[in-house]
Amino acid sequence: MSLLSLKNMKTSIGQYHVLHDVSFDVPEGGVFCLLGRNGAGKSTTLRSIMGLWSPSPGSVTFRGEDLTGLHTADISRRGIAFVPEDMGIFGGLTVEENMILATANGTFDRTRLKWIYGLFPAIEKFWDKPAGALSGGQKQMLSVARAIIEPRQLILIDEPTKGLAPSIVDNMAEAFREISDKTTILLVEQNFEFARSLGRDMAVIEDGRVAHTGSMADFVADKDLQDRLLSLSA
Amino acid sequence: MDKLNETIDRLGGVYLLPVAVAAVCFVLIGAPSSWATLTVAGLAMGMMIFLMASGLSLVFGLMDVLNFGHSAFVSLGAFIAASVLASLGGWLGSPSLMLNIAALVAAFGAAMVFGLIAGWFFETVIIKPVYSDHLRQILITMGALIVVEELILAIWGGTPFSVGRPAFLEGAFVIGDVTIEIYRFFAFMLGLIVYAGLYWVLNRTRLGLLIRAGVENREMVEALGFRIDRLFIGVFMAGSALAALGGAMWAGYETLITPHLGADMMIVVFIVVIIGGLGSVQGTLLGAIMVGLMSNYVGFLAPKLSLASNMLLMMVILLWRPNGLKPAVK
Repeated sequence: MSLLSLKNMKTSIGQYHVLHDVSFDVPEGGVFCLLGRNGAGKSTTLRSIMGLWSPSPGSVTFRGEDLTGLHTADISRRGIAFVPEDMGIFGGLTVEENMILATANGTFDRTRLKWIYGLFPAIEKFWDKPAGALSGGQKQMLSVARAIIEPRQLILIDEPTKGLAPSIVDNMAEAFREISDKTTILLVEQNFEFARSLGRDMAVIEDGRVAHTGSMADFVADKDLQDRLLSLSA
Repeated sequence: MDKLNETIDRLGGVYLLPVAVAAVCFVLIGAPSSWATLTVAGLAMGMMIFLMASGLSLVFGLMDVLNFGHSAFVSLGAFIAASVLASLGGWLGSPSLMLNIAALVAAFGAAMVFGLIAGWFFETVIIKPVYSDHLRQILITMGALIVVEELILAIWGGTPFSVGRPAFLEGAFVIGDVTIEIYRFFAFMLGLIVYAGLYWVLNRTRLGLLIRAGVENREMVEALGFRIDRLFIGVFMAGSALAALGGAMWAGYETLITPHLGADMMIVVFIVVIIGGLGSVQGTLLGAIMVGLMSNYVGFLAPKLSLASNMLLMMVILLWRPNGLKPAVK
């Protein structure tokens, strides 16, 4: 059984129909990449899974449980973390306070915190500093760190490399590899090189519909398909 | 403008503003005793307005709700406290300090409990159906304010209602040449205690952390697993209770109240919330103190400008800082 399953998901934002018919299955473990051009509906898909926009009709099932119609907070409590495109950092709060909010009861598991410090040393360095004063890369690290401070079953990450320096992107890729050993990641990404280095399975969204699903290895091997769906060489 | 901002930040930031205004007015007024009396009156007035405005600021910051009916809680608080004090007239005039305090606690307690209940009803029945629709929020909350005013008119009548004060809050004490009304001193101290309590809750508790985070990014707080709508009801009720307490204090300050008390205060409360910066309790305190001081200083120095002083203050501050003095981070 797949960890997350989307069936005929349709989402409208106001009068605009953004997702017309999105169906794919995310297997447990590893990184599942959701690719597509700008405006294809990738971010809307993640937000619909989190209940931030209500898909109707269609269904989202997580470990066999239907999440459709649940409140975002209740979806989160089922073990799904969300790293939005704008990172969702609370700039007026310190790094520590940002992390506390992501814990279940306001206390840290010291072993897990040490692991996060190892992945992202900036978190420890700027622990008591306002999160608003961090650089873009550090904010992205904090956003991911917040998603993994508690054990989760699935992490939805929206374009984590956007606007980051290459060295930070490499650091992020290393971190994601390690995180995906413990948790399944559903990654929306425009940077194809980054996605191919991490992804095991993938789907491509085009104009609000799933245009392709399969393994990343097969997709990487099929240059024509890449060009058609992502216009990589156009 | 940037250089001016940098210099001000170096000297203590916007917190310096009331001190600077007080210093300038000290020179303009000339007589230290008059200046001191006006300053204490301004601080007391500012603290009472802070009580009324702090809830409104948080409600707007947390849920983007424009509640023009907020001042209905001020009116209700004032009339309920006045009624309780009137029914306990014997305790008010009693030489026993304990009976005096008991009357005051009963009046303020009744006002706050009613504020809590009215806040719950208001949020659940009136506000909830119009979340994320500002135009409908303005219309329905102003409508609710009119209904509350008419209710007060029907229950308490249209003639000014006299408000009794406990004996221990009557009179004044003198320090040197300066005469300070006990009630004003009490209002200032009560406001300070409430501010300290709010500051502690917002900065030292997990609940406060959630409120501050919710003001910044409601959606992300929900994505972290918290029901912000439930938190909002609590904040709305607390804000309503504080407004009712502010109304109760104001009733004792004015000693004669009318059903239009809330509507009259609404403009001042909105000015305070706007110049302080939406969603910020510290900003609201700063804005309230500024409005309180300016009203008293301008009323003394140029009485004809007294009515316009708050509007002028708002214009100047918004030209300098369009988001207010101390806005919450968004």
